Amino acid sequence: MYQIALKMLLANRGKYLGMVLSLAFTSLIMTQQPAVFASILTRTYGLIDDIAIADIWVMDPQAQSVEESKAMPDTRLSLVRSVSGVEWAVPLHKGQLKVRLPDGNTVGCGLIGVDDVSLIGAPGVMRSGSMADLRMSDAVVVDAEGASNRLAVQTDHGLRPLGVGDALEVNDRRAVVVGVANATPTFQSQPILYTTFSRVKVFNKSERKVMSFVLVKAQPGQDHRALAGRIASETGLTALTADDFRARTLRHFVKRTAIIMHFGTTILMSFCIGAVVTGLMFHNFTQDALRHFGVLKAMGTDDRTLLLMILSQALLVAGTGFGIGVGMAMIMGNLPGDPMGMRLSPLILAVGGGAVLSITLVSAALSIRQVLRLEPAVVFKQ
Amino acid sequence: MQDRNTDTPVRVVTPARSFITGGMPDDPAVVCAGLRKRYGEGATAVHALRGVDLTVQRGELLMLVGPSGCGKTTLISVMAGILDPTEGSCRILGQDMTALAPRPRAAFRARNIGFVFQAYNLNPALTAAENVSVPLRICGAPLRESMRKAEAALELVGLGDKTESAPGDLSGGQQQRVAIARALVHQPQLIVCDEPTSALDHANGQRVMELLRRVGTVDGRALVIVTHDARIFEFADRIAELDDGRVTRVGTPGALAGLPESAGMHGGGPGTEPDAGSDDNRPPEYGTPPGGNGTGASARTPGCCTD
Repeated sequence: MYQIALKMLLANRGKYLGMVLSLAFTSLIMTQQPAVFASILTRTYGLIDDIAIADIWVMDPQAQSVEESKAMPDTRLSLVRSVSGVEWAVPLHKGQLKVRLPDGNTVGCGLIGVDDVSLIGAPGVMRSGSMADLRMSDAVVVDAEGASNRLAVQTDHGLRPLGVGDALEVNDRRAVVVGVANATPTFQSQPILYTTFSRVKVFNKSERKVMSFVLVKAQPGQDHRALAGRIASETGLTALTADDFRARTLRHFVKRTAIIMHFGTTILMSFCIGAVVTGLMFHNFTQDALRHFGVLKAMGTDDRTLLLMILSQALLVAGTGFGIGVGMAMIMGNLPGDPMGMRLSPLILAVGGGAVLSITLVSAALSIRQVLRLEPAVVFKQ
Repeated sequence: MQDRNTDTPVRVVTPARSFITGGMPDDPAVVCAGLRKRYGEGATAVHALRGVDLTVQRGELLMLVGPSGCGKTTLISVMAGILDPTEGSCRILGQDMTALAPRPRAAFRARNIGFVFQAYNLNPALTAAENVSVPLRICGAPLRESMRKAEAALELVGLGDKTESAPGDLSGGQQQRVAIARALVHQPQLIVCDEPTSALDHANGQRVMELLRRVGTVDGRALVIVTHDARIFEFADRIAELDDGRVTRVGTPGALAGLPESAGMHGGGPGTEPDAGSDDNRPPEYGTPPGGNGTGASARTPGCCTD
């Protein structure tokens, strides 16, 4: 009987395609938008993930997130190091500045200043060059995405990625690229320059305080949260475990920006439009086939079988539409030069699939109601 | 046309009374007693049936005739077990349909009743063979077996070469033959037909009726046909005439042909005898009363129709 149901559905090509396309676009928006949203949120705490070695982040109490820090005096570093249970503590600068490229263009960049000795805070995977060269005079490392896009250099033969050996101008100071590294893009999608903490002070001569965070490694066996509490009480600074800081950063962005409302509105609208269009089309399809359902009913098909037939139709529509929609989302997410990026997680797929399924089930429920209420005697009426 | 002056048809042997299989083989195909059907309530209520007593024997072809709105469609719907009467009872193959819950009732219909509709009601999404296989699939038969039987049924109605055709590619007569194959494929004990020839020209109508006559009443199968088409009356064993929700006359085609329209209400005509012993609701029976009690027929009524 399910084969009959599916043949009935596929035979009505116009409505079938209409429903599938409606659900495909609904699925596209309901998976692509949350995936982009997730990608953007990931960027807000990208630096925390990149510096996974740090157990605890210490910052000025006014700092709200990893992107919005407040510089502290260097003396705070010693205070943190003096807390018992701290294995080591290193300074980290996070700021912004303008960079003049070899072709004369100026680009706003993020600047990360890492510990001069240990280079803790520098990205782990190099595309070219060496992180150790950061200790050379005027050295900077750039992130690969920035080097290929916004920092790309205009030549007579077109744009080329910024590479090792290229010279930049940072606040009237010379800087030389010694490496290109992989790094998680930032929330603002700016290129990132890595240099040593001491060179940050050279690049930012007007700034007295440049230490944004103190990165702490706990001694083995130390409870990270307890140690963070001790650091906070003994230094008067805010100290958070990496997980807590990630959560705080996320909360801050969700609260302080309208980003979730924008994405949420888009997703909700796509859900509503998908539900209305699919619901109407499914209802109309069933209306068209009502007489045939009546014939099946008269001939002895019970309500349960009819219900399962309609559900099988709904599931085929949902499966096809969702598959096409997710396929389109994945293609869009993998387009070269996509500035947004996507994190199409299993959770997003499950939620998107659930939403599409709920749309089709509600549509099917409306149709099932028509069929179950249908008097089989209608088959004898013209 | 098949010679109908034959022996009593072979009855299906049913081992025991069962609501699914359709009762004992000696049960009449349909027994309607005091059937009333009212649509709506109060002043706007429509009384479609006003006390119908009618019996259809196994192996009999009964036609229900009458003017539009007289209750034919309602009666055939009740007789097919797809409509509940407001009052009275209808036993189909020994089973009181009103006593069955919806699911067993559907199962009963699936196994025991075949349907032929005026507008064929073939599913355009399916091939002819797939359409014919539907009753078997409803009964839960495997797909391959259903298709094999469907093709055999199409062969029986002379459409063995059209198994893969879509209904839209067939003529009206061919579509009705597919519908007949669909009604027969699961070997039901009762076939109900609603105006099976009204959408067909005379020649196709005759062919369809010859087919129904030939295959519709074998093996003790009963056939109830609602029709306006006087050209096919000759195929009936008996004709029941309805008017205003009542059966006004029941008789053989030959017997009713000589009577004025309301003769049945007042007594017999030449060569006919109204049934003795009929109660108030029971219509007079004309012609050779099949079964002898005025409410039904034996399996065959010799000489009731011309071939």
